[in-house]
Amino acid sequence: MRAARGSGAVSGTRGSGAVSGGVLSERPSWRRLWSDRVATGVMFATVLIALLPVLLIFYYIFREGLAVTNWEFLTQAPPFSYRREGGGYVNGLIGTLMMVGMATAVSVPLGILAAVYLVEYGGRNLLASLIRFFSDVMTGVPSVFVGLFVYTAFVVPFGFGALMGAVALSIIMLPIVVRSTEEMLKLVPQEIKNASYALGAAKWQTVLRIVLPSALPGITTGVLLAVARAAGETAPLILTAFGSITITTALIGEPISALPLAIFDGARTPFAAGQARAWAGALELLAIVLVFTLLARVAASRSSISR
Amino acid sequence: MNEPVFSVKDLNVSYGGNLALKDVSLDIQPREITAIIGPSGCGKSTFIRCLNRMNDLVPGAQVEGQVMYHGEDIYGPQVDPVTVRRRIGMVFQRPNPFPKSIYDNVAFGPRINGFKGDLGELVERSLRRAALWDEVKNKMRKSALALSGGQQQRLCIARAIAVEPDVILMDEPASALDPIATVRIEDLMQELKQEYSIVIVTHNMQQAARVSDKTAFLYTEVDEESMSRWGILVEYGPTGGIFTKPVDKRTEDYVSGRFG
Repeated sequence: MRAARGSGAVSGTRGSGAVSGGVLSERPSWRRLWSDRVATGVMFATVLIALLPVLLIFYYIFREGLAVTNWEFLTQAPPFSYRREGGGYVNGLIGTLMMVGMATAVSVPLGILAAVYLVEYGGRNLLASLIRFFSDVMTGVPSVFVGLFVYTAFVVPFGFGALMGAVALSIIMLPIVVRSTEEMLKLVPQEIKNASYALGAAKWQTVLRIVLPSALPGITTGVLLAVARAAGETAPLILTAFGSITITTALIGEPISALPLAIFDGARTPFAAGQARAWAGALELLAIVLVFTLLARVAASRSSISR
Repeated sequence: MNEPVFSVKDLNVSYGGNLALKDVSLDIQPREITAIIGPSGCGKSTFIRCLNRMNDLVPGAQVEGQVMYHGEDIYGPQVDPVTVRRRIGMVFQRPNPFPKSIYDNVAFGPRINGFKGDLGELVERSLRRAALWDEVKNKMRKSALALSGGQQQRLCIARAIAVEPDVILMDEPASALDPIATVRIEDLMQELKQEYSIVIVTHNMQQAARVSDKTAFLYTEVDEESMSRWGILVEYGPTGGIFTKPVDKRTEDYVSGRFG
């Protein structure tokens, strides 16, 4: 029976060119054929079900968002009344770029350095274990708590502003960068590190020239995940940037908008014009994240020829 | 007799308190190929990794005794392992090129050592000496990982030569390669021995007999009471003697295949 099953698979893949009546043309069992088909069908269906919400989100955002997106939307601040049509979210775009940019500039270098420490220097010592533990805890903390912390520590003495929003976002990004980079660095094989040491490389040279470049594509993916997360955060920004309908680039002392804040504001108005702007804002945010993802992927694959 | 490159005295190595190599003493001559043979687990790799302090990278490894390199103890208190490894290169069992271009692989060592001069010329010279130049000269910017296993191993040799070391240690350099690639590596070793001292660890007795000038036979000693085992040096001498007129019974059994 076992032999017949095995040979059935061979005749199945090769077509029916075998001599009729030979062992190779023996039919696989009816049960095996059907269990194969059913399993394939079930898996296909589950993939479709998992994809459905994503596809619907894309569909609605594009359908509702494209109708409002135009040059005016991309370059103007919203009108003073939600009721009025026209205007756009350029204030939110500026705020998001500023705050996510600042948060990235702080959390990515710090996070990568922390991960290098964890993998190459700390190992299993107490400090490394503590960093790992608190990174894990921080990844699980609801982002509104981060907002509350920054509110108490910085907004109460200094007021709302872009800098406060950036602080909150970088606190959210840091643990994501640390843990994802750590996983990527762990995948760099010991063999190529040994090769580097055997050529007389010091540890820092091995880390800078071998370990980090080898892990770069993976690190990029982790960083993007963190950037995308920060770009979409709303709750902590309500408590730190506060939101605004005027265009500002002040770092401190003045509330600033962000795309998620503007979307939140527009979407909860009862007016069609405000809601329409929110859809277009969602499309804009989605496009920004997609473009950054693509750019970073291309950059990472250019700079490393490992694959 | 020349002044030896290495003069090892009473070398003991342990990993996390377990003895791996016991009381090894031998001299290694310059511009010769010295082969280290012996069964698996007898400490061959441990021994060779002591000669350029690669064992420092293994957590829990402890080395006692003396390894004199041109009269200087490489385990001396002021000696930096990085300096040791710049003088004493190593080729590993599995080819381990960096995930970089062929050029960058060879240029890596000179670059980190602050080489000032014509890097392109040095890379070409190293690849020529490793008998790889003709096969890769038109794809220097391609990934080293696209090369075959044998080519990768010769690239690793070129990479080791590029820092212009004095000694090249080879830890079973051909054991992951097919017979044709193995022959090429062996021919290459004969070339390289004009300029370098080579120490090679090998499983393969025929290989040791073919390529080496001196052979050291390591064997596993077992302590029946504690069931712990470690490697000892049984016999060391000119390769011809080890294979035709071994002094020790254990060497004779091993080289004649009557082992265990």
